[in-house]
Amino acid sequence: MSQNSNTPHNKNQTTFTLDGKTIPFSEGQTIIQAAMAAGEYIPHLCFNPEFKPHGSCKICTVTANGRQTASCTQQPQVDMMVESDTKQINDERRALLQMLFVEGNHFCPSCEKSGDCQLQATAYELDMMSPHFDHFSPNRPLDASHGEYLLDFNRCILCSLCARASSDVDGKNVFSLAGRGIKTHLIVNSKSGKLADTDFTGDDKAAHVCPVGVIIKKRVGFAVPIGKRSFDEHPISATPHPIVKGAI
Amino acid sequence: MSQITTHAEYLDPILAHYKLNQHNLLQMLREAQEHFGYIHPEAIDYLEQQLQLPRSMVEGVASFYSLLYLQPHGEYRVLFSDNITDRMLGNMDLMESMCGQLWVEAGKVSEDGLVSINTTSCTGMCDQGPAVLINNIAINHLTQDRINSLCELIRERVPLSGWPLEFFAIEDNIHKKDILLDSNFKFGSALAEVLQRSSEEILQEIKTSKLRGRGGAGFSTGSKWEFCRTAPGAQHYVVCNADEGEPGTFKDRVLLNSYADMVFEGMTICAHVIGAKKGFIYLRGEYRYLLDHLHAILQRRRQQSLLGNNILGYTDFNFDIEIHLGAGAYICGEESALIESLEGKRGTPRNRPPFPVTSGYLNQPTVVNNVETFAAASLIGLHGGAWYANIGTETSSGTKILSVSGDCAHPGLYEYPFGVTVAQVLADCGAKNTQAVQISGPSGICIAANEFERRIAFDDLPTAGAFMVFDQSRDMFEVARNFVHFFKHESCGFCTPCRVGTSLLSNMMNKLANGHGSPYDFAEIEKLNELLLSTSHCGLGHSACNPVLDTIAKFRPAYDKRLTHKEYIPAFDLDYALSQARQMTGRDDTGAHLERIHVSK
Repeated sequence: MSQNSNTPHNKNQTTFTLDGKTIPFSEGQTIIQAAMAAGEYIPHLCFNPEFKPHGSCKICTVTANGRQTASCTQQPQVDMMVESDTKQINDERRALLQMLFVEGNHFCPSCEKSGDCQLQATAYELDMMSPHFDHFSPNRPLDASHGEYLLDFNRCILCSLCARASSDVDGKNVFSLAGRGIKTHLIVNSKSGKLADTDFTGDDKAAHVCPVGVIIKKRVGFAVPIGKRSFDEHPISATPHPIVKGAI
Repeated sequence: MSQITTHAEYLDPILAHYKLNQHNLLQMLREAQEHFGYIHPEAIDYLEQQLQLPRSMVEGVASFYSLLYLQPHGEYRVLFSDNITDRMLGNMDLMESMCGQLWVEAGKVSEDGLVSINTTSCTGMCDQGPAVLINNIAINHLTQDRINSLCELIRERVPLSGWPLEFFAIEDNIHKKDILLDSNFKFGSALAEVLQRSSEEILQEIKTSKLRGRGGAGFSTGSKWEFCRTAPGAQHYVVCNADEGEPGTFKDRVLLNSYADMVFEGMTICAHVIGAKKGFIYLRGEYRYLLDHLHAILQRRRQQSLLGNNILGYTDFNFDIEIHLGAGAYICGEESALIESLEGKRGTPRNRPPFPVTSGYLNQPTVVNNVETFAAASLIGLHGGAWYANIGTETSSGTKILSVSGDCAHPGLYEYPFGVTVAQVLADCGAKNTQAVQISGPSGICIAANEFERRIAFDDLPTAGAFMVFDQSRDMFEVARNFVHFFKHESCGFCTPCRVGTSLLSNMMNKLANGHGSPYDFAEIEKLNELLLSTSHCGLGHSACNPVLDTIAKFRPAYDKRLTHKEYIPAFDLDYALSQARQMTGRDDTGAHLERIHVSK
């Protein structure tokens, strides 16, 4: 999978070991950033290379020098031994994915994002065969108020990427997390609570970062047929952040 | 617009007092709520406009804290403390009685908007429960008589200021004093000693004392102060963690009520050592009633030149303390979540490193210590580090104040030199037929009778202070289930394992309680515990499984009797699912039931 792992590196380059492969890293990089730069895949959802690591989904958990930690926020140390692709860690990641599936309402067969959804693709990658836990079946009404976009909160995994994109890139704060604990949920920046009453537009970065199917462009549904979508063609481990066809 | 003007009337003074500083958002929201009993949507309009903050952020913050409301919640907002000790004293029957008398369903607001009744996490009154908060003011020693009187007052719409004063009495209940509680500390005495010497010397005294943090983790106070002192930063801050939310802990409430000078003086000594000009006390919202009292003491200390500019005449020693109130979030006892909350944000624990000593409040070097740690620092300032190090044990110097509650004759505070055995404490507090003791609250450790010779010390039984006693009549499964519900309620929701896992764990415990348990569920609970332990973001998720793991290991029969099925059966209960239909149709005959296997919900 990796192109870089066997290439000789500069003698002064600091490195750590990921599943037996030598990974170079530079000051300030976290484990997952260095691994991705070296072409190595560590499963993740709330991490997006364009944004500051957040560390909430915990799917990217690895063992670093014997201690489990989120690889998106943990900085490597020289010669650190990092394990990622082990049975124990993948079992735990699968359980975390199952938690995300039962926490919301995820109906992949009828979802417009199917095949382009990182949650679904990561579940395939990690051989998740069932949701395992009892479904919470929360009541999360849609917001179809906006002319161009609809919000399907049923699919939200609370990664906060839209909130981060809106505040850090768009300078708008359209999205925020509200509530606490299992009642944590996404809200938009308007008194009515409706997207139509915010300054959100399709040109916002926030419109294009949702790893699942919450933020959906209207009237282009199923433009690319299921079967020909990003993760239908390549597993997520090969192209973790593909440019979604037909989305822009 | 005219309505906005109305809101401006009460919000302008609040905004002015907090200098339109968005870091005071939580304080402003809390005070804004005191006007209507909830935060009015138009009040948010005004705050948004005046503070230049996005509405979604204001709502995001307000909705994080369980004592803040964004919808009307009744003129009287009644919250029953729901620690296991309140349950043991019969709080559920009292709540049911109150709901019946006031015609309101628990968790809801009455149709006339008069009252809402609900439960809340332990309010820190375990030695004088069952306890309740009404409009965030504590009322203890609930009895059926007292509940009847409260219902009458609420029905008659008597304002709280007109209620009998004895309802609001809160006792210290100190039963055993040692160096700290018996110190007869004279305000200013430690500071006068300390300021004669250099900050290096005082730091050395703290290090010599081997004082360790009293919040439970036991980090060396001297090292913490030293790290902070040497960390580069334009400002350094002292923060006193008085967010005493661990169920069963109430010593900080007593320290702040009767020993506040020792605490403030300890903070001032810390400021001298680390070079801080500003300190904060983060006081849990449930202790709102202490606020005026603490403000008065701070004001007196300013007049005595113990706070403010040129303290005790030492030019260039300027330090003052501000009180921030929490609003119902246990997670804010975690130091980085506390700092987020101090900055007016949602109380989500930060990614660490960096640690607060290098990057804390406003990303400046910050010392966060427990109330009791600062009080101990005053004693060390007065008597020296060597004196202090001589008390207690080799690894745990000094004394520890325990908050004793549960099945004992004399619940309250007990101060011991470290190293005291559990058996000694049990004897002193008049506990009989003790089955178990929960040390340091739900996130601590549950010990059984064969461990009562173990000692309170960092290398044996470390504790933040909670000491809950359970006699032989108690069902340890129900104790663990209460604690699991607590963690579910208090999970901040940031990370997947804790947010979803604490709910799953709570559902599984309910499944066992409902008589649907099998060995399969047992194995599931153990798997979930491991996952939370290895992947959670902070200590809350890590410790959420402790109560279950401990009680499974030590009180297995309490679980075995609930594993009524050999094979797995689903949690879904057909008969229970019909209960809503039964309620709506008013039927409860045999024909309205599928099977009667539901035991309790």
